[in-house]
Amino acid sequence: MTRSLAPIGLLAYISGSCLLAILYPQSVLAFLLFEASLLLLYYIPAHAKVKSALAALVLVLLMPLLGAINGYYLEVAIQIGIYAALALGLNIVVGFVGLLNLGFVAFYAIGAYLWAIFGSPQANEFIAGGGFPLAPYWFFIFLLLSIGVGALTGVVLGLPVLRLRGDYLAVVTLGFAEVVRALVNNLDKPINLTNGPRGISPIVKPPLFFRPVLEFFGLQVTDAKLYPLYFYFLVLLVVFVIILVTRRLESSRIGRAWKAIREDEIAAAAMGVSVVRMKLLGFAVGASFASAVGVLFAAKQVFIAMVILGGMGSIPGAILGATGVTILNLQLLKGLSLWLNGLRQSGAVLSLPLLGSYSLSQLPVQFEPAKYERMVFGLILILMMIFRPQGVLPPRREQRK
Amino acid sequence: MDLALEILPQVLVDGLVLGFMYALIALGYTMVYGVLEFINFAHSEIFVLGAFVGVEILLMLQSAGLLAVLHPAAVLLLIILAAMVVSGLAAMALERVAYRPLRGSPRLVALISAIGASFLLQDGLRLFESLWRNTFYLTYPTLDFLDRTVPLGANVVVPVKSILVVVTALVMLWGLNLFVNRTRIGAAIRAVAQDPDTASLMGVPVNRVIATTFFVGGAMGGLAGVLFGLHYSLVNPYTGFFPGLKAFTAAVLGGIGNIPGAMLGGMVLGMLEALAASYLSLATDGAFGAEYKDVFAFAALILILIFRPKGLLGEKVREDRA
Repeated sequence: MTRSLAPIGLLAYISGSCLLAILYPQSVLAFLLFEASLLLLYYIPAHAKVKSALAALVLVLLMPLLGAINGYYLEVAIQIGIYAALALGLNIVVGFVGLLNLGFVAFYAIGAYLWAIFGSPQANEFIAGGGFPLAPYWFFIFLLLSIGVGALTGVVLGLPVLRLRGDYLAVVTLGFAEVVRALVNNLDKPINLTNGPRGISPIVKPPLFFRPVLEFFGLQVTDAKLYPLYFYFLVLLVVFVIILVTRRLESSRIGRAWKAIREDEIAAAAMGVSVVRMKLLGFAVGASFASAVGVLFAAKQVFIAMVILGGMGSIPGAILGATGVTILNLQLLKGLSLWLNGLRQSGAVLSLPLLGSYSLSQLPVQFEPAKYERMVFGLILILMMIFRPQGVLPPRREQRK
Repeated sequence: MDLALEILPQVLVDGLVLGFMYALIALGYTMVYGVLEFINFAHSEIFVLGAFVGVEILLMLQSAGLLAVLHPAAVLLLIILAAMVVSGLAAMALERVAYRPLRGSPRLVALISAIGASFLLQDGLRLFESLWRNTFYLTYPTLDFLDRTVPLGANVVVPVKSILVVVTALVMLWGLNLFVNRTRIGAAIRAVAQDPDTASLMGVPVNRVIATTFFVGGAMGGLAGVLFGLHYSLVNPYTGFFPGLKAFTAAVLGGIGNIPGAMLGGMVLGMLEALAASYLSLATDGAFGAEYKDVFAFAALILILIFRPKGLLGEKVREDRA
């Protein structure tokens, strides 16, 4: 009974929240309600086919529709997609193999710079002939190439450090991320490879190969409108492929070996699992995902600089597997900042019964909630580890058996 | 080549200062690792906290007009003690809140909690300073006598602040050595580091020993923070990242869990870094400059871990808890 009722209810919820989001295009809340439908979808009892149909409806049809009305929603959706893809890559390394890789962003940066350098005039600096930037269709070749490059760097870093115990590995990978950051920031001499802290711009976008098809149907869309939608579908595709690969890997021989290593390395080795090889593989697969996402990011961003790629900011989000939380946080804090700014400018006077009155215009300018996302992350991380170390959505492994 | 020889004494002094700084911070990592087998990721923030306590007291004294009146030695003693106590207490509180509930859970869980604590402290400090001073980039007030220089040999001058760093660090390291090797609680720390279960059976109050370890390690970190501030004068809540990471490298270099090892590792790393910062650009004709000194430190870390994972002073980490 519930099996047939739940999807109908959810469908009603989806259309309702979608309508809300269309009616109130400025409302973050309406959009969050809409996003929550995916979470609900995860929980409801329904047939797998029904679930995927509903997910496709939300992601392929409604989301772009909303995005066409309000470009900001699409921007948020793309951000979530990129974080989700990164989180999935990290999930292989940390979640399956149990290696805490704190230098994960470095692989992402490598992918991003790969396309940034060759998809812009930057490569002319060190390759003679003036053949750069490459033509747009090269983007797809680089997307594939980045998988190989990411895997290669993963192996190169992994080979020396994977024999280390868990916490040493965490620090060495963190150091590796800093090395990559230092290199990227400083390799504008002796040969100008990365243009240093100034970043690289402009970067070629992927080709609009489907334009003739659109024109055939009489659709005239400007590039500015088309690109966000295009990127949305690209990110969606990449996330989909990554999920597919991850799920296939998880239940394969390799995935079982990874989990065996995570649970007990010695026992796994005794069972004939080649521990170092499997760890290396996990490292490389995670790195290649991150690197591919990096290429996507570079193409979308047009301008990249280390400021955006820097720091461990995205890691907690990835560890939590709560990419939605990341954006939610940014939204909430940003909203709070704006609100405080408004208060400050209005110069309202707060009168407290015991403390006397306090003019809000005296609020220090430096106090901006939007800047404290790391504080929120930190708090979430500690609380999660103490109260719910298995995560918000723990794997359903045990239930299946 | 002449230039290289000419700057050598200065480079060695810089290296010595850096080395003692790293050694002091590394002690916090190594002592905690000794008793808990756990990397206290937030230790770099404890270090920064010390630097902020120092600058806050100095700024307060300055605005009260006392900075010029009080004897410099009294001022120094005050800020050093205050920073040590505050940092030590903060480290203890951190252990109580973020680490103790996780004891016995997998390593990764505690490590992630430590990373969270590190984030929280960084932005917490920033929040506090933003509300309190409306800026979180603080500058140490100049203390005239610290900037004086002492001539040493023909063409080498050493600023008083460098001497201060070296002397204070030496005194503290000597004191710590006495504390760990000669006192009852020191013996308890060593017992817990060797085997917490057996130590507990012998009547050692393990929780208290761990709290003490955090206090002592934190106090050393706070001291390093004040010295860092006095020497380099600029601090912000994110200053701690690099010194922290390098101090950890130093601890690993010396053999983590090993107190003399941390001191040795700090010295070696500080020297290496000072040499790299000055000679890298000279050796490569300006192609690679001082900005690669950090790369150097991490390359050193990776190399050590590959070729001598137990560090220079080969350590006595128990295999059973590995």
